[in-house]
Amino acid sequence: MIKKMNHPAWFFTPYVILFVTFIIIPVVMAIVLSFTYFNTIETPEYIGLRNYIELITRDEVFMQYVLPNTIKFAFIVGPVGYFMSFLLAWMLAQIPHKPRTVLAIIMYSPSMTAGIAMTVVWTVLFSGDQTGYLNALLLNWGLIREPIQFLTSPDYLMNIMIIVSLWGSMGVGFLAMMAGILNIDKSLYEAAYVDGLKNRWQEIFYITIPSMKPQMLFGAVMAVVGTFSVGAIGVQLSGANPTPQYAGQLMVNHIEDFGFIRYLMGYASAVSVVLLIMIYAISKVTWSLLGERD
Amino acid sequence: MAKFQGMKINPTRYHRSQLKFYAILLPMAVFVSLPIIFIVSHAFKPSNELFAYPPKFFVRMPTFKNFTDLFQLASESGIPFSKYLFNSVMVTGIGVFLSILITGLAAYSLSKLKFKGKKLLFEINTLALMFVPIAVMIPRYITIAQLGLIDNYLVLILPLIAMPVGLFLVKQFIDQTPNELIESAKIDGASEMEIFIKIIVPIILPALATVGILSFQLIWNDVIGSTLYVNDESMKTLAFYFSTLAARTGNTVAGQGVLAAASLISFVPNLLIFIFFQGKVMNTMASSGIK
Repeated sequence: MIKKMNHPAWFFTPYVILFVTFIIIPVVMAIVLSFTYFNTIETPEYIGLRNYIELITRDEVFMQYVLPNTIKFAFIVGPVGYFMSFLLAWMLAQIPHKPRTVLAIIMYSPSMTAGIAMTVVWTVLFSGDQTGYLNALLLNWGLIREPIQFLTSPDYLMNIMIIVSLWGSMGVGFLAMMAGILNIDKSLYEAAYVDGLKNRWQEIFYITIPSMKPQMLFGAVMAVVGTFSVGAIGVQLSGANPTPQYAGQLMVNHIEDFGFIRYLMGYASAVSVVLLIMIYAISKVTWSLLGERD
Repeated sequence: MAKFQGMKINPTRYHRSQLKFYAILLPMAVFVSLPIIFIVSHAFKPSNELFAYPPKFFVRMPTFKNFTDLFQLASESGIPFSKYLFNSVMVTGIGVFLSILITGLAAYSLSKLKFKGKKLLFEINTLALMFVPIAVMIPRYITIAQLGLIDNYLVLILPLIAMPVGLFLVKQFIDQTPNELIESAKIDGASEMEIFIKIIVPIILPALATVGILSFQLIWNDVIGSTLYVNDESMKTLAFYFSTLAARTGNTVAGQGVLAAASLISFVPNLLIFIFFQGKVMNTMASSGIK
């Protein structure tokens, strides 16, 4: 039978079926449902743009907390994580193979820990009483007098979410960029120095980055996607959805809140669509910033 | 010649000029690994050390008590720990295999075969790199319910194995294999499937290993499947059981030891597999760019 399998359909069909079923159909369905009122029991009722209008004009939690939180979170974690990944990858490329491999595994390892699996670390480190490591340390040094409620206080939750996410941001994109740097043809550098390249910064900007643009783009997309999908972290850290005073509420939590807690599926879908559009728009902007498709 | 700084990229041996990089990389590595070292240390702490004030970072008198407590806790809830473990191992094993299989096949067709809609398919897939599964968990749930997949083992596998990133990476990798290899096999009368199995697969093993690692992480760590799509407690996975532990132990200090033990068990397989295959991953990533 294998001797007769020539048609491309033999190859792409299994993937395409699963891809369509679990990615395309849900996305299309989210778009369709976003124009309806759907409480999971009755059939969805078409209500036009009302969900979107409500989201923008009436949903105070969304406009006051969720959207600003998401933007702040994404605009810090995304670029900083991306920049850190590149810089670390670049520095790792400057040292010999063996230490590089060990260090790269260490840097990559946080992204392998599922967010949930690590919750215990953060809850112990940032615990709100004196048994919390950070509180114990600060008390010990005399920097604070009372333990700080890191995880339940709206003042701290967001910052801790950002730190924790940055900690885990050296993922697939980081590996791709490192491989990209290592694969650049060395003669390019040689030629550039003959042509008058002066220092390592010039080297990075004129040779390294342009020669590995594909990996830079791949890393950028991974950074954007990574940033928006770690949304569950605030709920895990504070142990509540909604998070205390909505301080760590991101769009993903908002979707969950309306979809699975209040069963307003149509409304939740509208939030999903807005989220997907945001991710797409930000990726596109990033690509054009990096000068893609010339 | 000292001016040829770029020659220092990927050096073969240690040189004094690398010290400045170590000066940044080593503290960074320590900082990054602290939480993980903490998990290891915490998991082996006896209860008097868990309660100690001021808290101690490293364990003094290591014990397996937290692990036995963890197993005990599972049996008390009616499902033995081994059942969760079995579910996880089975689901992950089958999932990783299927993921590698369908991704490899599809990538070959996208790279080397001619068919209508091929370009479109690749573009949609590249677009789907930006796909965030939790954004559409509701319609996904509805789709799965409509298909009658609720409470079916398949639901823990199928939604996860078509990974746009995986297909993207393998396709880019196959692009680099020379067409002459394929042409000469065709002249010898081999079918496309034979070419794929006998010629392409051996060449793209690094890329397939990468897909395996990515899907392993995805499936092994997945909690959503067991939480939303499966009601039967005896079909749920280890990752799900671990995610409920905080509630079960009431987030007490004693429970922290158990949680740390659970985190360690879920993390170690990921780490070992990555360490084992990291060379192959780096090999694949070299051709990972978006063009």
